[in-house]
Amino acid sequence: MSTFVMPSLGADMQSAVLMEWKVKEGDRVKKGDVIAEVETSKGVIEIEVFEEGIVEKILVTEETEAKVGTPLAIIRSVDESSAAEEEPTGFDMAAETKETEPLSIPIPPVSDEPDEPDEPVETQRVKSSPLARKKAKESGIELSTLAEGDKPIHLAQVESQKRSVTPAMSGMRQAIAKAMSRSNAEIPHYYLSTSINMTSALRWLEEQNRNRTIEDRILPAALLIRAVVRTLREVPQLNGFWMDDTLHLSEAVNPGIAIALRKEGLITPALLNAEHMDLDATMRSFSDLVTRTRSGKLRSSEITQQTITITNLGDLGVDRVYGVIYPPQVALVGFGRIMDTPWAEGDALSVRKVMQATLAGDHRATDGRTGGEFLNKLDQILQRPEELL
Amino acid sequence: MSAEEIKEIIIREILEIAPEMTEGDIDPDAHIQRSLEIDSFDFLRILTALNKAIGVEVPEADYGKVDTLNHMVDYFVTHLEKR
Repeated sequence: MSTFVMPSLGADMQSAVLMEWKVKEGDRVKKGDVIAEVETSKGVIEIEVFEEGIVEKILVTEETEAKVGTPLAIIRSVDESSAAEEEPTGFDMAAETKETEPLSIPIPPVSDEPDEPDEPVETQRVKSSPLARKKAKESGIELSTLAEGDKPIHLAQVESQKRSVTPAMSGMRQAIAKAMSRSNAEIPHYYLSTSINMTSALRWLEEQNRNRTIEDRILPAALLIRAVVRTLREVPQLNGFWMDDTLHLSEAVNPGIAIALRKEGLITPALLNAEHMDLDATMRSFSDLVTRTRSGKLRSSEITQQTITITNLGDLGVDRVYGVIYPPQVALVGFGRIMDTPWAEGDALSVRKVMQATLAGDHRATDGRTGGEFLNKLDQILQRPEELL
Repeated sequence: MSAEEIKEIIIREILEIAPEMTEGDIDPDAHIQRSLEIDSFDFLRILTALNKAIGVEVPEADYGKVDTLNHMVDYFVTHLEKR
């Protein structure tokens, strides 16, 4: 028997609204199953269960705000008999916070019933999340003005509307602000940069893409992700976390891919277990991840299990990226744009497609020597792109 | 398919990717990616959608010929005529 609690989906998260249960009492679940959707400053996140069992009891109703660590459901292991008298375990996180106030704060259903009873009957009910309704009410925004077809309105839309009225910070801006302040205060960064000749890699990729349909085309961004993942096999010291004054290496390579959102801000969700993906699988997963990030459908594991970050600002015309490491990770790899550049080989000078690759490293965890080895290996690997297939 | 119809389809697909824009924001002679902040991933999505709608696949080597709205319309018109 164990208790499934509201997970922390980032150091800055204090609570989230449980939007919808994807399971009911009596359902069997296995590791990785999505059991609920919650709404956070990062959008709607699907939360997953990390054990096998049967949902014994659901403790929190839908549309309820719950703090991190709040018990949400009780999961009984398959071989256990249903024993209600058994003490639930796994309250650790909740106990640690030593909260005396009730852990879950039910949000009263607002705005379903119009305050004025003589509201015209033809007013259509607008589908929206509870947080969106609450925020809209607080800020005096008419939800129906935000509706796009039948799609339910989420918090982010209300907040972006609110921003145009008042200069208040969005939840995402605040989340980024907190994480980056912490990074700059705690992490002694070192920066390294190297010029990588991408001519042969791009030529090889063009050759590959010529024989593919447009749906199967591979973007240079995917090739670079694959190259970083492959390089980390040789230099694993940059793939992990700095916790309790120690470097913890991660066996899984889950690169967080910085993805800009069209409205504002960015999210760096993880490409989970990228070490097992070939180039095609990397492109497919990358494509799926970008699409889901921009439509606001990420899973909890994807926003909590990054082991390194990759930022590619080449599309913006940036030459070189000096990144800020996302704690508790220990490194960030940055890619600038690929430029036609004079390039000397032997005594010959020619024009080549050159990209600046940078590494921001946590100096507590590694030294410049390790970072240099990483960039050097990355360069070598990108000169033999056929090995990345 | 007329040039006008092709143009409409292209605008529709661009706005699908950049929903906060309106038709008036698209300068027909401006670089689509740079002026509308469309990254290479979204640009590929637009071309994939256009292939589905119009039936012309733009190879990577021709990306330079589809950089603006007007160029894109010309490109698709020419390639439809060729068939």
